[in-house]
Amino acid sequence: MKPASMNLTLHVWRQANAAAPGRMERYDAPNVSEDMSFLEMLDVVNEQLISDGKEPIAFEHDCREGICGSCGFMVNGVAHGPQKGTTICQLHMRHFKDGEELFLEPWRATAFPVLKDLVVDRAAFDRIIAAGGYVSVRTGSAPDGNAISVPKEAADIAMDAAACIGCGACVAACPNAAAALFTGAKISHLGTLPQGQAERSRRALRMVEQLSLEQFGSCTNIGECVAACPKQIPLEMIARMNRDHLKAAWTSRGEHRSGGE
Amino acid sequence: MKLDSRIPSGPIEQAWDKSRFDMKLVNPANKRKFSVIVVGSGLAGGSAAASLGELGYNVKCFCFQDSPRRAHSIAAQGGINAAKNYQNDGDSIYRLFYDTVKGGDFRAREYNVYRLAQNSVNIIDQCVAQGVPFAREYGGALANRSFGGAQVSRTFYARGQTGQQLLLGAYQALEAQVDAGSVKMYTRTEMLDLVIINGKARGIVTRNLVTGQIESHAADAVILATGGYGNVFYLSTNAKGSNCTAIWRAHKRGAAFANPCFTQIHPTCIPVSGDYQSKLTLMSESLRNDGRIWVPLKGGDKRAPSQIPENERDYYLERRYPSFGNLVPRDVASRAAKAVCDEGRGVGETGLGVYLDFADSINRLGRSAIEERYGNLFEMYNRITGEDPYTAPMRIYPAIHYTMGGLWVDYQLMSTIPGMFVLGEANFSDHGANRLGASALMQGLSDGYFVIPYTLGNYLASNKLEKVDTSAPEFAAVTKEVNDLVAQMLSIKGKRTVSSYHRELGKIMWDNCGMGRNAAGLSNAITQIQGLRHEFWNNVNVPGSGEDLNQQLENAGRVADFLELGELMCRDALHRNESCGGHFREEYQTEEGEAMRDDENFQYAAAWEYAGQDTEPILNKEPLAFDYVHPAQRSYK
Ligand SMILES: Cc1cc2nc3c(=O)[nH]c(=O)nc-3n(C[C@H](O)[C@H](O)[C@H](O)COP(=O)(O)OP(=O)(O)OC[C@H]3O[C@@H](n4cnc5c(N)ncnc54)[C@H](O)[C@@H]3O)c2cc1C
Ligand code: SF4
Ligand code: FES
Repeated sequence: MKPASMNLTLHVWRQANAAAPGRMERYDAPNVSEDMSFLEMLDVVNEQLISDGKEPIAFEHDCREGICGSCGFMVNGVAHGPQKGTTICQLHMRHFKDGEELFLEPWRATAFPVLKDLVVDRAAFDRIIAAGGYVSVRTGSAPDGNAISVPKEAADIAMDAAACIGCGACVAACPNAAAALFTGAKISHLGTLPQGQAERSRRALRMVEQLSLEQFGSCTNIGECVAACPKQIPLEMIARMNRDHLKAAWTSRGEHRSGGE
Repeated sequence: MKLDSRIPSGPIEQAWDKSRFDMKLVNPANKRKFSVIVVGSGLAGGSAAASLGELGYNVKCFCFQDSPRRAHSIAAQGGINAAKNYQNDGDSIYRLFYDTVKGGDFRAREYNVYRLAQNSVNIIDQCVAQGVPFAREYGGALANRSFGGAQVSRTFYARGQTGQQLLLGAYQALEAQVDAGSVKMYTRTEMLDLVIINGKARGIVTRNLVTGQIESHAADAVILATGGYGNVFYLSTNAKGSNCTAIWRAHKRGAAFANPCFTQIHPTCIPVSGDYQSKLTLMSESLRNDGRIWVPLKGGDKRAPSQIPENERDYYLERRYPSFGNLVPRDVASRAAKAVCDEGRGVGETGLGVYLDFADSINRLGRSAIEERYGNLFEMYNRITGEDPYTAPMRIYPAIHYTMGGLWVDYQLMSTIPGMFVLGEANFSDHGANRLGASALMQGLSDGYFVIPYTLGNYLASNKLEKVDTSAPEFAAVTKEVNDLVAQMLSIKGKRTVSSYHRELGKIMWDNCGMGRNAAGLSNAITQIQGLRHEFWNNVNVPGSGEDLNQQLENAGRVADFLELGELMCRDALHRNESCGGHFREEYQTEEGEAMRDDENFQYAAAWEYAGQDTEPILNKEPLAFDYVHPAQRSYK
């Protein structure tokens, strides 16, 4: 059976660089096979643009397996497009219909400035991790892997949280451009495991502080992030972050009163 | 060129301890006076940069992605080996060493492999302590699974995302050092050349991928951990950006390239669906624990798999290799799949596919057990193919996956350029002619966490390094060459796109230097590649300019390098008149179609030396000794 093919019209955000103004441009995408991935469809459009002497559309991608977190843009206002729990690189064209018009735009958030076309700068996420999203353990100083047993349930929750790929869709989907799901996922991952306990309070305080320094918005529990997240990180990760933060804020105030740091 | 492998003397079990003791140390207060460049932020580079930063060195780390967390290691699925023997099933450091040397078909250096097996146990400890959420048993202990080429269960895993979790562990350790000020991270920055001063590696020249700025960085040592070069085949399981540029340009500056033709073809990938295909997706080898591989007994059988009764199926791996069955090593499984497809028994639209069937396991263990083990892989398969592997068997076919070859390094992981070290998939050291599953992650982390912190210190403490900064004339000279190359690529403005050349090169490589190779095909491929390279430099169309974010330009540089490396790979494959591991020369096989090694003539690592553009490279040989594991024809029957 030959796969079905379709003709699509694309409207794509084109912006030469961070300082330049941007605008939507229209392109045809003819004979798209339903077995293509969304990015393969864009590859074909780009090959045509180059042959026509035009600049191809810049978009980020690397693994094309839904794991590196490089890819991501809005398709008709939805982060990573219409298929739930799927990055744009794993979205296949069988989810579209012949004749559809698609609007492709970059993530929009103050903390994620556009660099070119659909490419944005997500370095703020690295800085959030650098503010405490780790367990300090000197190389070579660790005890035997089985020395501390970790209940399977805890390991499973930690893994659910650690599955975040750092793509930024949660920020793009949030009306406040908050990064609570991303940050909550890391705080929950490490905070659930015995290995993460020593730095748990400090981690919550510093990472949450970094969130505001990076000009992400505040979380008002709307839940759009969860709907957009390709790894289906659950909303409870934000609640865990808030709990850790609140608790840490209390204890650290106590520490200040007694003059300790 | 002299190859001094610096293998320690004495019994293999004590070799690493002894050499660590013999190595010179850098006084703690002096460490911050030394600067180190680490190119790459994958398991190898990330773990190295984090560990060196923590020791107090002044580290600069580079990656081309927008974040170090996106290095291709993130995509590893199945697991990481370690000789922990937590299962009490007879594993030991010696057994992991033995399996790896045998799995590599006796083309790896024994002392390196032994050290790798020793370090494996520390890796698991380190990663657990970092908070890597490895799979656990109900009692809270670490869980294991089995991988190909081994009869013990020693693979640790985090669902189907082991590489992701290990890399996030290394990334977080790296960001902790960024936070501490000991590592400066340069993202979206590509190394385009190496700078050598007075015979030693002293820096690199990079391009800022956002602004196009060409920049110089000086240091006391340079570490390359830039991953594998499987993308020379265009279609592979590697990420789109994976490339050979850093190692290839270092090769052209004097680093020997060892065993370039040793590439791994992974047996379980989703088959190609059309000519727009941009990459191939791996279905983890761990699936072979519970999936059975088969094709119809008769050629041209177009019935749906469910319509084919048991007695008309050929479970060919179980039939040919009863003791390892579906868990034979990758090279063996891939060739067997090719053989049945060549016989016309392949399945799917193109006939290039075999079934990987979970029906028996689902019956035996229940759907939920299979979902727990492989849920995300099944989902990925479904997303890509639109088919449901819970109800119909997967279709799989071999694809290029890993490169065992890479820059030659000695026991201390230093290349033939003093002061330049190579870690992870980018070097050639530990896997010989075939890598066993779940051992690349192990190698990357062993190199980065547990080897380089010692060997780098030894280098810095035993060499007098003069002060060097980027105002040295050598930086200006290399910068000019880099600028010229970029300008030349942009000026051609020919008729063909960069990726059209890449696809064509990939096809030449796959047809002639892929699963089956022969002298006529390889010679022909060399001529074809030379022609293609010539055309590229006259007719490629790289749009845009060098002054901003230009993905076509980035790719053009990478493809230009692949067009040179591909030729070297074919030359290496042509000179090696034997079959070993992933290198299968059709002229050298047993009657049953198994690889036939020639230990008398080819028990060496081939280290190729660059001799200039369009000049034949020079072959240097590092003889390999097998004092512990005695070469025998590998048998998995
Ligand atoms: C799909 C897939 C699944 C796998 N599964 C497993 C598994 O289950 N178990 C296992 O053991 N192995 C597995 N492997 C193999 C393993 O993942 C890799 O061999 C390993 O992760 C390579 O690590 P690395 O650190 O050497 O390189 P990489 O992780 O590839 O990192 C390379 C780094 O170098 C940087 N870089 C490259 N070139 C330049 C340049 N010119 N300038 C600046 N930076 C540069 C990149 O930005 C990146 O940071 C798998 C591989 C694939 C493709
Ligand atoms: S929480 Fe989800 S949407 Fe946000 S960065 Fe992580 S994976 Fe992406
Ligand atoms: S390209 Fe890696 S997640 Fe999409």
